Amino acid sequence: MKFSIYRYNPEKDEKPYMQDYDVALQPSDRMLLDAIIRIKETDDSLGLRKSCREGVCGSDGMNINGRNGLACITPIKDLKEPVVLRPLPGLPVIRDLIVDMTQFFKQYNSVKPYLINDSPPPQKERLQSPEDREELNGLYECVLCACCSTSCPSFWWNPDKFVGPAALLQAYRFIADTRDEAISERLDNLEDPYRLFRCHSIMNCAEACPKGLNPTEAIGKIKEQMIKRMV
Amino acid sequence: MALPRQIFDTVIVGGGGSGLRAALQLAEAGHRVAVFSKVFPTRSHTVAAQGGIGASLGNMQEDHWLWHMYDTIKGSDYLGDQDAIEFMCRKAAEVVYELEHFGMPFDRNADGTIYQRPFGGHTQNFGERAVHRACAAADRTGHAMLHTLYQRNIRARCQFFVEWMALDLIRDYEGAVVGIVALEMETGQVVVFQAKAVILATGGAGRIYHSSTNAFINTGDGLGMAARAGIPLEDMEFWQFHPTGVAGAGVLITEGVRGEGGILINSNGERFMERYAPTMKDLASRDVVSRAIDQEIKEGRGVGPEKDHVLLKLDHLGSETINKRLPGIREIALKFANVDPSREPIPVVPTCHYQMGGIPTNYYGQVVAPRGSNHSEVIPGLYAIGECACVSVHGANRLGTNSLLDLLVFGKSAGDHIVEWLKTNPQHRDLPADCEDLPLSRLARLDSATSGERVSEVGRDMRRTVQHYAGVFRTGTLLREGVAKIRDVAERVGRVAIQDKSQVFNTARIEALELENLIIVAEATLTSAEARTESRGAQSREDFKERDDKNWLKHSLWYLEGGRMDYKPVNLDPLTVESFEPKVRVY
Repeated sequence: MKFSIYRYNPEKDEKPYMQDYDVALQPSDRMLLDAIIRIKETDDSLGLRKSCREGVCGSDGMNINGRNGLACITPIKDLKEPVVLRPLPGLPVIRDLIVDMTQFFKQYNSVKPYLINDSPPPQKERLQSPEDREELNGLYECVLCACCSTSCPSFWWNPDKFVGPAALLQAYRFIADTRDEAISERLDNLEDPYRLFRCHSIMNCAEACPKGLNPTEAIGKIKEQMIKRMV
Repeated sequence: MALPRQIFDTVIVGGGGSGLRAALQLAEAGHRVAVFSKVFPTRSHTVAAQGGIGASLGNMQEDHWLWHMYDTIKGSDYLGDQDAIEFMCRKAAEVVYELEHFGMPFDRNADGTIYQRPFGGHTQNFGERAVHRACAAADRTGHAMLHTLYQRNIRARCQFFVEWMALDLIRDYEGAVVGIVALEMETGQVVVFQAKAVILATGGAGRIYHSSTNAFINTGDGLGMAARAGIPLEDMEFWQFHPTGVAGAGVLITEGVRGEGGILINSNGERFMERYAPTMKDLASRDVVSRAIDQEIKEGRGVGPEKDHVLLKLDHLGSETINKRLPGIREIALKFANVDPSREPIPVVPTCHYQMGGIPTNYYGQVVAPRGSNHSEVIPGLYAIGECACVSVHGANRLGTNSLLDLLVFGKSAGDHIVEWLKTNPQHRDLPADCEDLPLSRLARLDSATSGERVSEVGRDMRRTVQHYAGVFRTGTLLREGVAKIRDVAERVGRVAIQDKSQVFNTARIEALELENLIIVAEATLTSAEARTESRGAQSREDFKERDDKNWLKHSLWYLEGGRMDYKPVNLDPLTVESFEPKVRVY
């Protein structure tokens, strides 16, 4: 199978280049990650992140034939050759397919991604109805792979000012949690021409999400909450 | 060469469930704590846990911690230490409620309480019938828990060293642990971290097997560090084979599927677990179910062209239950087995899943080792928690849901113990002059080797050797051969060469260092398994089919130096209740 892979090692390469590989696959190789590991067996200098190999840890996000996705849950049979692999777009490249995610996590931290509830907790669990809990579905499952934020033009242009779809999804995960007591503070934190409102609902994020989540919808719900509190 | 130095109160190696729980306890108490992780913390393997956290909340049925304790001891095939098991089961409700207060998105019952599902080996009233004890967030409990703990650590402003690999422990001349040496992956820089306490929370080493549910990062780094520092590894012959890994792919299918009513069938369409475990059936403990599946396959009732797996049937649960309670399983079945589980069964086979053994500790998480007449003398300054530790609460076989519970209880307990310990040990001990030598010599060998075998080749041979010689069923002949083979592989590990010698994010170097840790675990596994001439829990010997309490009701201790074995007694004395005497185990 033929591959064209983005290579860059700052210690020796003046600029990035694409390297071609032709690799013989085994019948047990089903996912793109399996194929990349075959390549790495012959060229150990190829850099990528990987861990769970089942789509739950979010390590191996990359740009695959022009689309962001997780290599470990991208079936080989669906890919057109040569398979073009690039690092996630819009973030600085550390090496090969490994990007610097500092800015991405900075934005994640900026939405205070933790439950805020300063009331003394009960002896047992805080109660929550199954219906209220269902509001968190489609939000808490995020694996922080950054496939969505790095497919969003608004995040490419303003990664320091626009929170981006992944972190906004998490912002809404806590706004939507009936146990959280800081909704108003959370909305204040996003009421800004850039932080939330740079989202123009072009839906690249939902298209890119390997977990089938929909950040655009969550962003829409944050905007609704803001309107609701104005009237 | 003098490496740069940094100083912390506590250094935690590993940012998974146990490391993060301990970090939280220390950071919230105001201590300077640094957490080192090879991956961004939410990518740790806790994220892949699916089914639930065991705690006798009794939200859906009557339950009691004493029943949980009994089930855990029976599940351990009486090799678990009863003081630690009582400690864990009594603390279970408290740590689950805390996690809920931290924001964990548990599924809920109609009355708003935490949803609980039945799980293998968990029973009411000392084995009478299955009980709803696994506190669940759909089938993504580990993901929800790991993210919740990381989020809470952001709030506590805990300091993380992300994408750093710990290389070795530093022990002073009295044997106390005084720090670690670690490598920053992004730059290749090596730094000495001095600390009053070090916690190893590096998870298991399931990657010693060819077929494993484990993530690539599960390479036993903490076990390698401990073994190189002269600390023994306990009960390393006991590896859990999860009954339901996706055939061919190895990806985990939670026991929660059977908890929700899924059943295993053979090529005749027979629900064979009824024959092996009349009361608990598909919810017998994992060692029992895995052996039953292997037995069915051996007797020709496997499924598929090679008759090499069985089927997990859940279509009768209905799409609604599957979508609500098992959405992640549906995703995995579609992606890795090409089946829609609401219509067709999933092909499954026992797959290496969990390391019951590890670094010996007490229930405060303090690492202990024999010294003179004391079989459990504390090593000052060193703690181990989670899968890399052997407390031992899982003994010869862990019950499902007890791993997440173990992370929470002993993560917190180690954190609390260090808070107290720092009060009486406010000073850093001096670093020994030679503290950099071992890790630097390991790196230097990799840097200078110009020819040698590839890490990937030697790694593959290690995984195949362990898979073949230390599988579900074992014999003395096979194990003796396995010990010799793995020693050969170990020598080859010492001669591997990497092509890539660069500094920036050199993953070839990381994989070579990981292999050095894995091979230690693999040797410990085969040697300990060969020595134990009985069948207990996950160790099933065809030449010694019975459990032998007279000779083997004891923990194995393996030392790297000379591959030497030692033993220590099982603690049969709980903290406050009567001991559970070893009995024949029937489910």
